[in-house]
Amino acid sequence: MRPLLLQGGRVIDPSRSLDQTMDVLIQDGKIAAVGTGLGSPDGADVRDVRGKVVAPGLLDVHVHLREPGNEDVETIASGTRAAAAGGFTAVCAMPNTDPVTDNQAAVGFIVRQAARAGLTRVYPIGAISVGQKGEQLSEFGEMVGAGAVAVSDDGKPVASSHMMRTALEYAQTFGIPVADHCEEPTLAAGGVMHEGLVATRLGLKGIPAAAEEIMVGRDILLAELTGGHVHLCHMSTRGSVELIRRAKERGVRVTAEVTPHHLTLTDLACEGYDTQAKMNPPLREAADVAALRAALKDGVIDCIASDHAPHAYDAKEAAFDDAPFGVAGLETAFGVAWTELVEGGVLTAAELIARMSTAPAAALRLPGGSLKPGAPADVVVLDVTARWTVDPVTFFSKSRNTPFAGRTLTGRAALTVVGGTVVHPGEGPSAA
Amino acid sequence: MTAVLGKDLVGLEYLSPDQIRLILDTAEPFKEVSERPIKKVPALRGKTIVNLFFEASTRTRISFEFAEKRLSADTVNVAASGSAVQKGETLVDTAKNLEAMRIDMVVIRHPSSGAAQFLGDRIRSNVVSAGDGKHEHPTQALLDLLTIRDTHGRIAGLKVCLVGDILHSRVARSNIWGLLKLGAEVGVCGPATLMPRGIEELGVCRFRRIEEAIEWADVLNVLRLQLERMERGFIPSLREYYRVFGVTQERLERAPRQLTIMHPGPMNRGVEIDSRVADGSHSVILAQVTNGVAVRMAALYLLAGGRPELADAAKGPAGGANE
Ligand SMILES: [Zn+2]
Repeated sequence: MRPLLLQGGRVIDPSRSLDQTMDVLIQDGKIAAVGTGLGSPDGADVRDVRGKVVAPGLLDVHVHLREPGNEDVETIASGTRAAAAGGFTAVCAMPNTDPVTDNQAAVGFIVRQAARAGLTRVYPIGAISVGQKGEQLSEFGEMVGAGAVAVSDDGKPVASSHMMRTALEYAQTFGIPVADHCEEPTLAAGGVMHEGLVATRLGLKGIPAAAEEIMVGRDILLAELTGGHVHLCHMSTRGSVELIRRAKERGVRVTAEVTPHHLTLTDLACEGYDTQAKMNPPLREAADVAALRAALKDGVIDCIASDHAPHAYDAKEAAFDDAPFGVAGLETAFGVAWTELVEGGVLTAAELIARMSTAPAAALRLPGGSLKPGAPADVVVLDVTARWTVDPVTFFSKSRNTPFAGRTLTGRAALTVVGGTVVHPGEGPSAA
Repeated sequence: MTAVLGKDLVGLEYLSPDQIRLILDTAEPFKEVSERPIKKVPALRGKTIVNLFFEASTRTRISFEFAEKRLSADTVNVAASGSAVQKGETLVDTAKNLEAMRIDMVVIRHPSSGAAQFLGDRIRSNVVSAGDGKHEHPTQALLDLLTIRDTHGRIAGLKVCLVGDILHSRVARSNIWGLLKLGAEVGVCGPATLMPRGIEELGVCRFRRIEEAIEWADVLNVLRLQLERMERGFIPSLREYYRVFGVTQERLERAPRQLTIMHPGPMNRGVEIDSRVADGSHSVILAQVTNGVAVRMAALYLLAGGRPELADAAKGPAGGANE
């Protein structure tokens, strides 16, 4: 493997509170050195990255890769190619595949498909319950043995409090978190967007904020009861933020994520029955967006996750009630976050990098998120001055569903390196 | 195509007060057509209209059909049940097929909110909503407005209260927009379980008890209570609903003024409305039905590009359209 020298970039490594102009040398798949005026070893691939940010590879703890079962919508290969283009060096794959990823063979399949693709790393998340039916616990131990890093029934909530309690207790044997999609099913039933004035005007059934907050509250209480680690997926309401804030103050083992769309859009995006704005949890109100941003800044919410949820090209071409929930978010996550949060004055550059690399790695106790010498060389070079317009047709993802189409964003990955290998934009000295 | 109303009529929220008044004014000359022995004018001769009903509706479909036929349009009725095929797919494919047949107008009734706009955005033909989900039922509200104007000589300043299941009612939403735009005061009254979130923010006042609504209002528009609401647990029983929210003779007798009683139909006598009230001298329920045809004629005529100032001439001399 050729050594890779990234020269003169703004190196931001939140794991070591580093933010200065330096070189990064990658050798044998590892970070060999970070410093100024590093010499280039013989045969090294030397890239001039002046004016760009060099950071630990971004890590997305919540993606739906759709394989097995929905390969026409996304495959592990196409999803990890999209992830690499988005600057992600690792993603966690949710288990709501078909069949459900609820056993060691299914977990092993994902690991093998990811290795075959050879792009972004994939850490499978196993199902909490067999078939995600909420009835019988899956074999956490065997799934962890095959490579699972967490369990979740995401796509669905864990409706039974008893099941959630059992999962939080049992997961501690293996040191893994239980990730929950917080949605009280009887309150959310039939809902297609946030319950509020916009839903009233459009005549669409709403999902009240309380549907999320009831489960956030329950999960926190159960984590407190069991001592287990609960990871709360895609938080969307200010009430959830308050519950998490108080839980963290009490020392409950709770971590939480938020998506780029919940940080930047409100239910007004559903105007005109725009199905691209249909997602679960739904887009909420401006006060929720403000609370989520503040929570991300002060660490009450640990990290940004895309909840990448690809759908067939024509699935959103339907009446709002009939369209599926979800956003294909891997390729817009960083650009949306940089544009809205860093340029918008909410986060510093270092804070955003932390929330997309170091913090998600810490939340799910995954490798990565650091440029410390000796660490695996998962690195991203971010062109934070690049202005580009979101054109879903150019996505590496097989899907096109995004509410950000046509938006002009600032910031995108110029170079993504996984274990010392350039996975985006492909080989070639001029690419960066 | 005309710019008077835009291409489609999918809701009163999207019309200006002047546009609403224009439709009501245009309906006036068309009322008389229905009173003739030969109820036909050539205004839409040569135009093809498809009535596309994804939901059963006898009364609205018949009203549209009469309106179209009295304007001499060629009409086709398509009753598509949403159960056999996936609704969304049907709608896209339907739009493509209609577009390919080069029809002039589509009247659509669909169980999904936004379906009419969805279709309108995808085809060149004019689209008229005959009710989409819980969103809007614009022609129903227009005929309600016309009936109120006929009865009271004005709309501005009147107090109109919608009674019943506001949450699931497209009639309520269209009425709220239309009444507010024409300067009426609007009230809503019904069980809190059937009241949508944030309804007051639209500029309506909310009454928790029917007695308060009756004391306040000049006009009551009593909405149909879908019987399935009880099965879904929104109300405990029809008996209790009638007892607490029913518009009864006894309650109206205690009102400080005579109230005009409206109902979009079909009625559940003894559930939301007392038969004596429905059949009483202050009920304009049958006038609403009559006005429905005229208002729909006006809307179709204007959407098809008919010049409003020519509506009177378009109807021609009595019997002039006899072919
Ligand atoms: Zn989820």
